Formats: sequence, structure tokens, C-alpha cells
Amino acid sequence: MENRHKNMGLSDETVLAMYETMLLARRIDERMWLLNRSGKIPFVVSGQGQEAAQVGAAFALDRSQDYILPYYRDTGIVLAFGMTVKELMLFVFAKAEDPNSGGRQMPGHYGQKKNRIVTNSSPVTTQVPHAVGIALAAKMEKKDCISFVTFGEGSSNQGDFHEGANFAGVHKLPVILMCENNQYAISVPADKQLGSAKVSDRAIGYGMPGYRINGNDPLEVYQYVKEAADRARRGEGPTLIETMMYRLTPHTSDDDDRSYRTAEEVEKAKLEDPMITFRTYVKETGVLTDDREQQMERDIEQLINEATDYAEQAPYAKPEQALDFVYAETEQEGTR
Amino acid sequence: MPVISYIDAVTMALREEMERDSNVFILGEDIGRKGGVFKATQGLYEQFGEERVLDTPLSESAIAGVAIGAAMVGKRPVAEMQFADFIMPAVNQIISEAARIRYRSNNDWDCPVVIRAPYGGGIHGALYHSQSVEAIFANQPGLKIVMPSTPYDVKGLLKAAIRDEDPVLFFEHKKAYRSIKGEVPEADYVLPIGKADVKRKGDDITVITYGLCVHFAMQAAEKLAKDGIETEVVDLRTVYPLDQETIIESAAKTGKVLLVTEDNKEGSIISEVSAIIAENCLFDLDAPIQRLAGPEIPAMPYAPTMEKYFMMNPEKVEKAMRELAEF
Repeated sequence: MENRHKNMGLSDETVLAMYETMLLARRIDERMWLLNRSGKIPFVVSGQGQEAAQVGAAFALDRSQDYILPYYRDTGIVLAFGMTVKELMLFVFAKAEDPNSGGRQMPGHYGQKKNRIVTNSSPVTTQVPHAVGIALAAKMEKKDCISFVTFGEGSSNQGDFHEGANFAGVHKLPVILMCENNQYAISVPADKQLGSAKVSDRAIGYGMPGYRINGNDPLEVYQYVKEAADRARRGEGPTLIETMMYRLTPHTSDDDDRSYRTAEEVEKAKLEDPMITFRTYVKETGVLTDDREQQMERDIEQLINEATDYAEQAPYAKPEQALDFVYAETEQEGTR
Repeated sequence: MPVISYIDAVTMALREEMERDSNVFILGEDIGRKGGVFKATQGLYEQFGEERVLDTPLSESAIAGVAIGAAMVGKRPVAEMQFADFIMPAVNQIISEAARIRYRSNNDWDCPVVIRAPYGGGIHGALYHSQSVEAIFANQPGLKIVMPSTPYDVKGLLKAAIRDEDPVLFFEHKKAYRSIKGEVPEADYVLPIGKADVKRKGDDITVITYGLCVHFAMQAAEKLAKDGIETEVVDLRTVYPLDQETIIESAAKTGKVLLVTEDNKEGSIISEVSAIIAENCLFDLDAPIQRLAGPEIPAMPYAPTMEKYFMMNPEKVEKAMRELAEF
């Protein structure tokens, strides 16, 4: 198999780190389903099948200064930006120590200021204008950082996508909009969601380049996001990137996808599962040896076991902590 | 002390805050070269440039959402909705996002954004240029809603809103913009958000209201005073969260309370004020709590006959005050 990453300027170590982050995201996801099905956690929203695009993109950003506005499937992105396995487990167990929300939000609603992971809500695509606002602030302050925002193809129908994209286009702001097109908005397939052939076609309306690329290939995603990031930092404005992939699991642990798609379709998509195809790549290019792989799997399992045990035993927030942080604490007495 | 108009107090507060803090910037439709459709931002584009006085696309959800994003990373945006009636596309951003950012992130993130909007009728604005929208937002913990009545309060409260660590909706009565004038110090000052202001002291009846209606109550109070009826006028100033202490104190003192709003009655700000008084002052009351409000129709019609029928005015307030005093 041809070594593609060398020509892209990516070292073996970086490519290995990409694969390891993808694998970690997948194994965490699988564990969450087990925890859900055994009654230990109430809810899972999954990112299986989307790890390649997430991790490829995250590695193309400047993880020391860029802002990310992930959506609820982006375990791969937040891991790459510094959220730990323990923190993710605290989140799904809704424990007080959860850095995303202190046990307030459903899983998947990421946010961690120290890693510039911007807090997210459930009404979809509200984060696109926020990313544009963060890019506006960066431009005003002549900072080198950019913002990176993700959303699904269904979400690209929301007004906030269009209003945000247009605003970014008008002001040539340093923001990357990445659609993770997993082909389903819960049960509704993309052809019932999009009036245009592609989400990326929408870019032209907002004066930015739009690309549809293979979201199962982290190297291709890396390449396009890197180019978009370079453009943004040069002051040339926003880019829309549509990454094509397949949602391998039901929408959430509360969904049964058998009612709207066939098992054959899912099985066929699994042949393109990036965990399989990218594994083949790293093995065949010699980036990942058998020994290293076995060690990696053992390390990840141990990490997840420890994180799960810790999170399961960690305390919940006290009931009355529900009252905290409605307003800034210094003002609370005056406003209550 | 110079006497200036209500709208000039808006401009003055914006200018002073932009001079004080380089993180303060303003954005909205037509606020740049044109200086705003009401001229609230006149001269700011010339003074601060287009980077800090941003003419946005006609796109209210983006105006709110972009401001929220910038606020989350340390800026102090002041977004203008051209009319309060046009805030509707931004409601998701204001309620689902701005109001919940601190809470949902367990105090990790915050959102010190100000959203200004002219509201209110009596200016031939019909259904979509006359509405009072405060009640829509007034059960959303995390938000603060400020509705000043005088130029003095406008300046002090808008400055406080810009310096506040949480999202503030700042509603300005558009009929007050040029019709209401008052003394405003040139010096820097802020007024406390969350505190009502007793605009007139009295022992016989209490009128609790906000915005333009404060002036109607003050005019009516003058007339009643000539007949020996002393009215206490409480200006809520912040309609959410409410200053319960001042409301309870004044209601308990006079035992007769009239609540006035230009908005529809049911589910309005004064409905909540009424509930606070009912919960806390039952044995102090000498008359049922009275509410004077707009009729239960969707919004203010255009024709002058129907507009006048809807709109609050000093005569309506005076009549209700006299009835209460005689109860």
C-alpha cells in the first residue's frame, strides 16, 4: 500500500497518534453502549463511523490555540483537544466532577474552557453563529487562532447554519464549518433532507469554497482541514467541508434503526468503517506493528476500565447544587 | 446637569463604554453609517470605525449568535435588534443559548452579552413595530431584562448591563426616545440591575409599572395629589428578575396597588408582580390588586382609532388610580 502521509508532511508518529485517538474514541463508545445496556448509564449518543473525520480534522488544527465547537457525536475531536477518558466517563455517569457540565447536561454536550471546547446545547446548529462570533473576536484582536465547528447534514438545514455561514462569508472570518454527513437525521435519509445534491454546494451562496470529501479517510480530511485552516489564518475567510461517512449505530441508545433502514445497508457500510480501512493502512505502511497494536489495545482497555470505575464511584452533585450558577456568583445576592 | 433625550442617553452610554473598554463593540442592522434607524448609534461609526460598529446582514439569529460567541471569548458585544418585534428569529439563541451558557457549563463558560431593542407602541407602528416582548423572556433564569423609563436610568442601567457578567436584554421604549427628556450627569455612573426605583413617594395608593407607563403614572399622580391623594410610583426598571423587596414594601405600605403595563394582561410582567403581592401582602391589602393592561388581542392595530384604544395613556392610568383610591 502506498504511503500517502509522508508526502503530506506527516510523520509516522503523528499518523500513529491519529489512529490511536480514533481507536480510543471507538473503544470508549463501545464501552458506553455496554454500560447503557447493562443499566449503568441512562443514555448514549454515538460517534461510531465518524472517528476518521473527527480525528483527521482535529489533528489539522492548532490544538494549542484554536477553538472547537463540536456537536454531540464528536468524541474523537474532544479527545484530540485534551479531554480525558476519565472526564468523558464522568460525563456519561453525570457525576459532579464532570468538567463539561457538572452532571447537568446529557452526554455529548461537550464543553471545557481550558481546552477551548465551547459549551454546546441540544437545539442543533446554534453553535455555528457562536463559531462565527469567536472568529470575529479573533479577527478583531488580530489573533492567529481560528474556530472550527461541526454539525450533521440534517443540521445544515437550520437557519443558524445559513445565517452563520453568510455572516462569516460577508466578513471573511477565520472559521471552518465541517459537516459530518452520516447520511441520516435520526431516521430521515439525506435525500429527504437536502434540496441540493450536496451540503458542500451550499458554500457558493455564502462566498466560500465548499468541498465534499471522504470522511472515512482521516488523511484526506486532515489535508482539506489543514488547507482551510491555513486559508483562515491568512485572512482569506471561511471554508465549508462536507465529510461523507455512515452512522454505524442507531441515532442514540433510545433509537431502533431497524424501523427505517435495512441490516444489509448497515452491513455494507461497515465494510467502509474507518476503523477497519485506516487500520489496514497503518498496518500495511508499517506505521503500526502487531506488537504495538496489541499493547495499544491493552493500554486503552486499562485506561477505560480505570476511568469507568472511577466515574462509577464518583459522587453525584448534591441536590441543591442544582441552584448554583444561574448568574455570576458575585451578583447572586442582588439578583435573586 | 445637561438635559438630554432618552435616545441620546442610549448613545452616550454606548460611547462612554466603548471609550472605557476596547472589548465593547456594537453590531446590528443599519447601525453603522446610518447610525441606526432611530439614530441610537449616531456618530459611533465615525468615532470607532467599522470594526467596532458592525453593520450586519439582515439576520437576527446570527446577530444574537455571533454576539454570544464573541462574548464567550471575552468580548463585550452590544447587539441591536432593530425592533423588539424582530427579535423572534433570535429567541432560540437568547433562551437556549445565552440564558443557559453559564448554567449548563457549571460556571465554566459565561456570556456577558447585551441585546438592545426598541419596543412599545403609540408611534403608528402597527402589529410588528409596536410590541412589548418582555414577557416572552421573563421566565428564563439566566437572563436579566432591563426596561428603563428615564434618560438618567437609561445611561446608568445600560452601562451596568454592558459591565454585567451575564446576558442582559435592554428594552427601550421607542416613543420615549424623543418625547422623554431629563437630566443626565456627564460623569460615569452605573445603576444596580435588579433594583426597582421609587419614583414618587406616597401613602395612599401604589402604582407599580415600568418603561413609558411610569411617566403616565407620574402625570396622573400629580393630578390626584391636587385632590389630596398621595400616590407612590414604583418603577420596576428591571422586570426580570423582579425586585421583590421593593414591591412588597410599597404594597404593604399603602395597601392599595395598581399594576400597569402596555403589554397584554394575561401572563405579563405585572401578573408576576401581582402574584408576589398576593403571596406576601394579603393581610396588608385594603383592596384587590388591580391590573391595567392592553387588551387580549395579538398586537396593536395601525389605524389611529384602534391604536389609541390599545395604547396605554395618562387618562386610562388616572381613571384606574382614582377608582382604586376610592375603593
